Amino acid sequence: MAGSNPNAKPMDLTLKVWRQKNRDTAGQLVTYPVKGISPDMSFLEMLDVLNEDLLIRGEEPIAFDHDCREGICGMCSLFINGRAHGPERGTTTCQLHMRHFKDGDTITIEPWRAAAFPVHKDLVVDRSALDRIQQAGGYVSVNTGGVPDANAIPIPKTVADKAFDAATCIQCGACVAACKNASAMLFVSAKVSQLAMLPQGKTERKTRVENMVAQMDIEGFGACTNTGACAAECPVGISLENINILRREFIAAKATSENLA
Amino acid sequence: MILDSKIPEGPLAEKWNSHKFGVKLVNPANKRKYDIIVVGTGLAGASAAATFGELGYNVKAFCFQDSPRRAHSIAAQGGINAAKNYQNDGDSVFRLFYDTIKGGDYRAREANVYRLAEVSVNIIDQCVAQGVPFARDYGGLLANRSFGGAQVSRTFYARGQTGQQLLLGAYSALNRQIAYGKVKVYPRTEMLDLVMVDGKARGIVTRNLITGKIESHSAHAVVLATGGYGNVFFLSTNAMGSNATAAWRAHKKGALFANPCYTQIHPTCIPVSGGYQSKLTLMSESLRNDGRVWVPKTVEIAERLRKGEIRVADIAEADRDYYLERKYPAFGNLVPRDVASRNAKLVCDEGRGVGSSGLAVYLDFADAIKREGQPAIAAKYGNLFEMYAKITDENPYEIPMRIYPAVHYTMGGLWVDYNLMTNVPGLYAAGECNFSDHGANRLGASALMQGLADGYFVLPYTIGDYLAKMPYDRVPVDHPAFIEAEQNVKAITNKLLSIKGTRTVDEFHKALGLLMWEYCGMARNAEGLKFAKQEIRKLRDEFWRDVKVTGVNEELNQTLERAHRVADFLELGELMVDDALHREESCGGHFREEHQTPENEALRDDENFAYVAAWEYTGEGNQPVLHKEELKFENVKLTQRSYK
Amino acid sequence: MSWFTKTFSSTIGRKIIMSITGLFLCSFLVVHLIGNLQLFKDDGGAAFNLYSYFMANNIVIRIMEIVLVAGFVFHIYDAIVLTRKNKAARPIDYAEQRPQDNSTWSSRNMGLLGTVILVFLIIHLWNFFVPARFGGLEGVVIDDVEYENLYIRVVESFQIWWYVLIYVISMIALAYHLIHGFQSAFQTLGLDHKKYTPFIQKFGYAFSVLVCLGFAIIPIYFFFFFR
Repeated sequence: MAGSNPNAKPMDLTLKVWRQKNRDTAGQLVTYPVKGISPDMSFLEMLDVLNEDLLIRGEEPIAFDHDCREGICGMCSLFINGRAHGPERGTTTCQLHMRHFKDGDTITIEPWRAAAFPVHKDLVVDRSALDRIQQAGGYVSVNTGGVPDANAIPIPKTVADKAFDAATCIQCGACVAACKNASAMLFVSAKVSQLAMLPQGKTERKTRVENMVAQMDIEGFGACTNTGACAAECPVGISLENINILRREFIAAKATSENLA
Repeated sequence: MILDSKIPEGPLAEKWNSHKFGVKLVNPANKRKYDIIVVGTGLAGASAAATFGELGYNVKAFCFQDSPRRAHSIAAQGGINAAKNYQNDGDSVFRLFYDTIKGGDYRAREANVYRLAEVSVNIIDQCVAQGVPFARDYGGLLANRSFGGAQVSRTFYARGQTGQQLLLGAYSALNRQIAYGKVKVYPRTEMLDLVMVDGKARGIVTRNLITGKIESHSAHAVVLATGGYGNVFFLSTNAMGSNATAAWRAHKKGALFANPCYTQIHPTCIPVSGGYQSKLTLMSESLRNDGRVWVPKTVEIAERLRKGEIRVADIAEADRDYYLERKYPAFGNLVPRDVASRNAKLVCDEGRGVGSSGLAVYLDFADAIKREGQPAIAAKYGNLFEMYAKITDENPYEIPMRIYPAVHYTMGGLWVDYNLMTNVPGLYAAGECNFSDHGANRLGASALMQGLADGYFVLPYTIGDYLAKMPYDRVPVDHPAFIEAEQNVKAITNKLLSIKGTRTVDEFHKALGLLMWEYCGMARNAEGLKFAKQEIRKLRDEFWRDVKVTGVNEELNQTLERAHRVADFLELGELMVDDALHREESCGGHFREEHQTPENEALRDDENFAYVAAWEYTGEGNQPVLHKEELKFENVKLTQRSYK
Repeated sequence: MSWFTKTFSSTIGRKIIMSITGLFLCSFLVVHLIGNLQLFKDDGGAAFNLYSYFMANNIVIRIMEIVLVAGFVFHIYDAIVLTRKNKAARPIDYAEQRPQDNSTWSSRNMGLLGTVILVFLIIHLWNFFVPARFGGLEGVVIDDVEYENLYIRVVESFQIWWYVLIYVISMIALAYHLIHGFQSAFQTLGLDHKKYTPFIQKFGYAFSVLVCLGFAIIPIYFFFFFR
């Protein structure tokens, strides 16, 4: 068919995949050989092929999270060969293609590992901790209706663009997965700095950062050591600068907010 | 059954206003006595759930994804229309209404579409207030672009991620209500049945996708915002999990399904690359603002290109056929989606397609890069170009993109009246899940508008009108209706698990998809549709005899999840074929080869088919019953759409 | 807990303490190094011994000593608390990891480097600080006044090859600790700006290398050139 590289040869690979029955049982790596993998396949399509084989053989297919398969929903979450979302930078697992691997390669596939992300099954983890952090303050408190005209608040293009860059976070959790401390700082900072930059978010900026950081700690994520692994592995390129904005927001809020609790 | 659309009396521009005054209100103190279920947390579902919560209702919101923010609205790229006329280029509510009705090939309700255009302006205000970072000009005001065949710049956008930013706005509003305790979200939970008590929708039965637990949820009203059914084709731009199960099972409980044959084939998607392909990726329509669509002028050149004897760069300008610009000088590359898609199919059918399969056309940015420079093009489309390069391993700054149409959106859906209520009292459908606003073809940047219009600004009014007439008492989940529905779900699940056949769920899904694409896709004819109907029935019988679903119910079982969905697609597919067969005309996304003009344009039959086809389920394997809602056009003149 | 203790027991708050104490300890290194440079003065250790007498008896220095101890204690205590929390945040480790693809070695091993420095610190204090402050050094007469001869302790200590080796290795560890720690401290305080951060990073690197080199030269000098 219309593959980009008609000369690319199919590959045979060895997969070592984390299998775990459920949250309460221990898991282990299981080895599966796969044959005839086209370099134009996406990584998840390669797993689809393996799963179809497993099904035909009557074995339990490998559970993994995925949905949009275009790199935007943030559902896919595989730790591939020691890297969150695999070896390509700026790429979600679903957008990773097999042309980045070689015939004969052994590929280790593990779930995101963090105390805050318990494994549901195989490669599927529970990332609801991230939702709870958002619920702690990742919003502007406006009800539907009764808002001013959209052009009533001019926002400098540079600010709007920067806020947009922070707002593109897809909440996949790769930052947590890649961080040696399983820290969620990059994730939290993306939302905090987006809303801190925009005039709409300024009214609640103090309570927002205090509450979101508190929730982050409650969920059991680690601390930030400024290794930069999170930003390096972020598939949408959320900048480390956001973490520093988060800290400034945090320090300013703690120093000046009326909140004594 | 008489379909009452409940369109308010009065002049078009006054209908919504007078209706809002006419609806009954629920006393603020009494709102907390009502429970509302919202299924789906995309633009329509999340905005509705959040707004219900703000008003004071108790809301339960359900999604099958692990977070409400992952609903497939998030993948919408291009933008959202609104009749703000910020660009002073002649836009107005009436023009947006007119364009949408015309774009839908005159198969939508005037009143609904007008209301949509009217509230579009409120949506932009709302989203900006939430902190949605729309694109802005250097003066700090909002930027607009022209999109999808519009002659005015009315599309608001956030780079190529408008759906993401809008959904995150709605998700943030939802989070705020979750924090307040007004909304409870059930992620990784799939609706598998609708529960009716005394003829009214009073709840749903769900399956917890982690534990497999079958649970009942009771409420005073149920809103389905579960998106479209494009995945009936297996390959589509929908997310892998997008499904029709909630809507279809509501249909089987009595909700009419309207215009199922209206499917939108989007012209600019990345072509299929192999049999393992799991989904298709859309390249935003905005690319057609700067990209020029072409194929080689002759079959000979195309053949040599496909064989690799020549490269794109070797084809002289004179040997390139910019067929859209040639055939439609006024709109050029910006013709509506259905027209662009059909023309791509035509040139490929002639043998002039490119790529090794011959099922692709070029979308070329060379002229735009020459005119504006690569940085300007990168600023507009950078993320799309990157995505294309990742998938195809080709650099679109240097070689033209290869694109081909793919299933993208379904205009059909559950029939709803002006209040967005289905014919089942208390059951509402919003967003892509309903059929209401796009007629036979949806214009670009209109889906986001409709989803948010329904959720933020329509349902919050209309649902109150219904609830105000409802008693407060709750139906307990041990009511016989719930028990029966749970048993029904368990029976289907057990059956799926007990077949233990030899063919996988995906095999059936792919087979169905191929049938649908071949016979009920971009072009349809009576013979093919009749054949498809027989084949779908055969496939469905085989499915229930030979499908292989491993594992048990009481666990995370993705095969079982898919089996439920594909079982429903196998029934819905047949209804789509029935609908396509009965509609003896071509309109919008529905193109019957028997009904075309000499220039291969869609030939409508307004005299006989200016109606909504709403189908009633009559039991397994029985022929569905057709109900017609006549469409009255009092404010627009029905004309042959011309983009020349 | 009051808002204050809550702030500084949050992960970000603890890191703020780490960074403030870290930068304070950096300033101590500068003072310490400048003082130590007097070891190179060719006066039989007179200047150095006078300096060490001053350091042990000046009231301001004695107060700063308490602050310094507090700085070490907070830095080390929070490091331990955070490390434990970080370990708990990932109870099951990955079977395969390639962190070298996304971060520097020193940034990932601050705890290890810190531990090396802590062990060094104990040896160092035991050998020099404890006898200087609490007695146990020989006497030396400078300008008719008897002082404790810390200088001779330095000279003797650095004649032992393994002692010199410990010092040099420890200073390498300190350099790596500072290469990440110095610029990281600014980030932790949110002091980050397009205009100034590149300078802070370069300065931090130069600072780390020069200061540690300065310290490492002392034992090497005494071992090779002072017999």
